[in-house]
Amino acid sequence: MPYFHSVTLDKDRCRGCTNCIKRCPTEAIRVREGKARIINERCIDCGECIRVCPYHAKLAVTDSLAMMKDFKYKIALPAPSLYGQFRDLSINQILSALLDIGFDEVFEVAYAAEIVSRFTREALKRGNLKKPVISSACPAVVRLIQIRFPSLIDNLLDICSPMDTAAILAKKQAVKMTGLKEEEIGVFFISPCAAKVTSIKNPVGLEKSKIDGAFSMKEIYGKILEKAKTTIVRDLSKATMVGVGWANSGGEAFGTFTENSIYVDGIHNVIKVLEEIELGKLNDLDFFEGLACIGGCIGGPLTVENNFVAKNRIRKLTEKLPKREEPLFDERDINFEEVRWTKKIEKSEVMKLDKDISKALDMMKKIDQQYKALPGLDCGSCGSPTCRALAEDIVKGCATEYDCIFILKDKIKSLAQELNELAGKMPPVLGEEKE
Amino acid sequence: MGLLAEVVKEMVLYSLDFNVKARDFDSAGEVSSNLRTVLKQLSLNPDVVRRSCIACYEAEMNIIIHSYGGHIKIEIFEDKIRITAEDTGPGIEDIELAMKEGYSTAPEEIREMGFGAGMGLPNMKSNSDFMEIKSSSEGTTVLMEILFK
Repeated sequence: MPYFHSVTLDKDRCRGCTNCIKRCPTEAIRVREGKARIINERCIDCGECIRVCPYHAKLAVTDSLAMMKDFKYKIALPAPSLYGQFRDLSINQILSALLDIGFDEVFEVAYAAEIVSRFTREALKRGNLKKPVISSACPAVVRLIQIRFPSLIDNLLDICSPMDTAAILAKKQAVKMTGLKEEEIGVFFISPCAAKVTSIKNPVGLEKSKIDGAFSMKEIYGKILEKAKTTIVRDLSKATMVGVGWANSGGEAFGTFTENSIYVDGIHNVIKVLEEIELGKLNDLDFFEGLACIGGCIGGPLTVENNFVAKNRIRKLTEKLPKREEPLFDERDINFEEVRWTKKIEKSEVMKLDKDISKALDMMKKIDQQYKALPGLDCGSCGSPTCRALAEDIVKGCATEYDCIFILKDKIKSLAQELNELAGKMPPVLGEEKE
Repeated sequence: MGLLAEVVKEMVLYSLDFNVKARDFDSAGEVSSNLRTVLKQLSLNPDVVRRSCIACYEAEMNIIIHSYGGHIKIEIFEDKIRITAEDTGPGIEDIELAMKEGYSTAPEEIREMGFGAGMGLPNMKSNSDFMEIKSSSEGTTVLMEILFK
């Protein structure tokens, strides 16, 4: 099965500009024949291109709300970042409005986040993971590590994200309560980003996700606003400040209760710190939280509110919530082993030139040579993000030297000169005798 | 092992050479960063890549901090990667002492910048399979090899 990606291109809107190719952290986009093309194996669904595209030609594909009809019992899993999207709505108002939209139950991902925080502390205490332990909550960062930092795979926290934990727990409890079969219960994540949507279809560390569909926060936002006007507010909120705090960057690191932790947001910043970790410069660190979006999940490309505004709202909301250190859950409901990853994270080979080292070395030599012939301006006009990337593309056979407008211009110039010289030449049988 | 195999083993399959300027902290880490990009594109084991980058980074920092300037040569063989860091400078007075963790001769102003913690040579040693240091009052050459295994 080909790898599903939430991030896709709307060809009609794409003008073939070079904004996205320059921003992509894995150099996964090329412009060819006037349109951007995403190299599927390289894309990590971070959403950088969605944010940077001036023509809104990059989309995050999510599931249609109509999908709910296929299930007898429907559970909404709102991401903590949803709470930061509304100016005047309380958490209970938002959750009640979700019920009015047609869900039979809401299960706060923030509540599951607390459980994950608790298990993370346990995992850190057990100490069998490589330090610093790297958060696996942001699927874009996990994919980035697979592709660009395979030596750090063993540092990844090997337990489910709050989203998957919420789904496991919600489904289990609903089966018990309703007596329905698992496949009759639909669990839907309300997502702030494309990466989460992708990670449901291609799970990280799991064979199959328990989530049946992912809805865009943007799509459901208007519906919540509308229903909130008339909803009867019910007391549904049970997550504390630790869980809701996960919406902002630093929330997860805070939940580990370790002093030696850092959090970094923005995919390009995350790359810089992962490089340091790889060099062994941060070995004294216990926990590293890296999130692809600026501000954390509230900065996701499917959110509505400005991330800085949302960040402040989350802060204000968490101040009002109880400050329990341990989540209120029954060990019989869910235990550590249930949320452990069951599948090994594989390193990705897509950055490699060839599986065979001698072939790869040969190509590398050719790339070096080709690169020297290019102007080194990294202008992107050839459709590749940098001159180095073009050199690679040429050697791989998916671009030519004349895709570089500077080389093309030089060639035209020398051809024109040659033409000029040739035009001045006369065959001996023509021409006139000089006086 | 046959003679031919010996010869092949000693053949440099790919090489890179980088200049490193003394006290150029703005470019600190660039050599190892370039090396990382290249090695990741070759089909090398991630652990070999990681150890090579650490070894290279420390060698690069040593040239920046302690020498008058130098260069780093990277050579890839069939079964190993060799990193040779060569500089002109005052040299290492007592190599045995310099190999001790935490021993540093870096000046105060450099330590204030967060460098020169005395982990350079020990890190180079622990991340390479073979290391040789030649040093005189003219300069230093450090040769490190990381085996692919």
